[in-house]
Amino acid sequence: MGLRKITGYRRENGRVGVRNHVIILPVDDISNAACEAVANNIPGTMALPHAYGRLQFGEDLDLHFRTMIGTGSNPNVAAAIVIGIEAGWTKRIVDGIAKTGKPVAGFSIEGKGDIATIAEASYKAKEFLQWASELQRTECDFSELYISVKCGESDTTTGLASCPTVGNVIDKHCAQNGTASFGETSELTGAEHIVAAKAANEEVRKNFFAMFEDYTKLVFDQKTNDLSESQPTKGNIAGGLTTIEEKALGNVEKLGKKTKFVSCLKPAEAPTQKGLHFMDTSSAAAEAVTLWAASGAVIHLFPTGQGNVIGNPIEPVIKLTGNPKTVKTMGEHIDVDVSPILQGEMTLDQAGELLLDMIARTANGRLTAAESLGHKEFVMTKLYRSA
Amino acid sequence: MIHFLVHDPKDDVGVAVVDIEPGTKCSGRILSNNKSIEAAANEAVPLGHKIALRDFAVGDTVTKYDCPIGTVVKPIKAGQWVHIHNLKTKRWA
Repeated sequence: MGLRKITGYRRENGRVGVRNHVIILPVDDISNAACEAVANNIPGTMALPHAYGRLQFGEDLDLHFRTMIGTGSNPNVAAAIVIGIEAGWTKRIVDGIAKTGKPVAGFSIEGKGDIATIAEASYKAKEFLQWASELQRTECDFSELYISVKCGESDTTTGLASCPTVGNVIDKHCAQNGTASFGETSELTGAEHIVAAKAANEEVRKNFFAMFEDYTKLVFDQKTNDLSESQPTKGNIAGGLTTIEEKALGNVEKLGKKTKFVSCLKPAEAPTQKGLHFMDTSSAAAEAVTLWAASGAVIHLFPTGQGNVIGNPIEPVIKLTGNPKTVKTMGEHIDVDVSPILQGEMTLDQAGELLLDMIARTANGRLTAAESLGHKEFVMTKLYRSA
Repeated sequence: MIHFLVHDPKDDVGVAVVDIEPGTKCSGRILSNNKSIEAAANEAVPLGHKIALRDFAVGDTVTKYDCPIGTVVKPIKAGQWVHIHNLKTKRWA
């Protein structure tokens, strides 16, 4: 593990990325059309349309800016074009991304319309794309990768095989001074005592419980039943998971056996130290992975049981499964097959090494199943209704 | 062939790792101590679903990963399939 090297893109601020995207980022929903037109004009760039950005306020608005700035700042992004309806919020996001030192330019639509804005932004996007195309990969330490983890369409095989495989990798990565993050706040229900016992100190433990109880209150305030079919999902139930407690106990196998987590992050907040971090996220796959990408994660590990197909435009999503039926029926979505664990034909340590190899290959440029299949789910988390 | 796995010796359910037919004499393995365990299946238990390792009465708690995972709402015999028809969450209810 200590000997593993990868080749990545060393960004202006020293961080290591494994992809070299030039993104066209809309500040708000009504700027999606202009962004998509620019990406259409300049193939090789990527627009990230989303549903929000107008009349948000308070903590929800803070999260919007944090997600936008964080997405542009991710080390997998070489350069960013930002387009908004007006200049003020556009500049706020441009200035946030510019702190990384990477090329970024903002354009606003009011006063000139879509067509002139698209033309101006397209010239700049072409310039950025050609500049980025000459950047070279260089040798970097594996431990410089910031890795996020979250499972989806879980079943009982995730608790037996794919989640503990991720846990094996977390233990090895964090022991080498790597950085990682887990979350899925509501999906820790029934296993919160296990998570709390993994807090590095009393302050972290208290912060975790505050975030957990806050999310639990949200669920209780909105719920109309015991959440059967939502949490666990219909897919979870088809795979044999009966209750949220059972699902959560399988989920936390991803945290490893030895690693303690050193901080609790707000949604989309970047870690400021090495080690494992809890992030307060939804358990919906696309929302959660979008938050981790905005916090700077460059590779995501995604154990699945019944076969969740999610991808993310910014960070490659590596899927693994321990369910032999899913390997047979949905093999095109699976990067790593750890199903031999179920018959004792593969140890967790061997599975962990297999996954570490796949992380290194993905970092070096191998496209994941989700990337090859065109999965680019970019989903903003909304905390409450707009004004 | 292993028919089912058990996370912890204190667990009273196992997880089928193959599709189990009714009447099968099943071989299992306990993951935390690598010991063998046997069970006789009274009904079909699909891959990934749970098989009862003891009799349960209504109100009993089912244990998996050495932790409570819910309350029994219909009597369960050893060897039967345990799922949403006879087990409910203790949370969010």
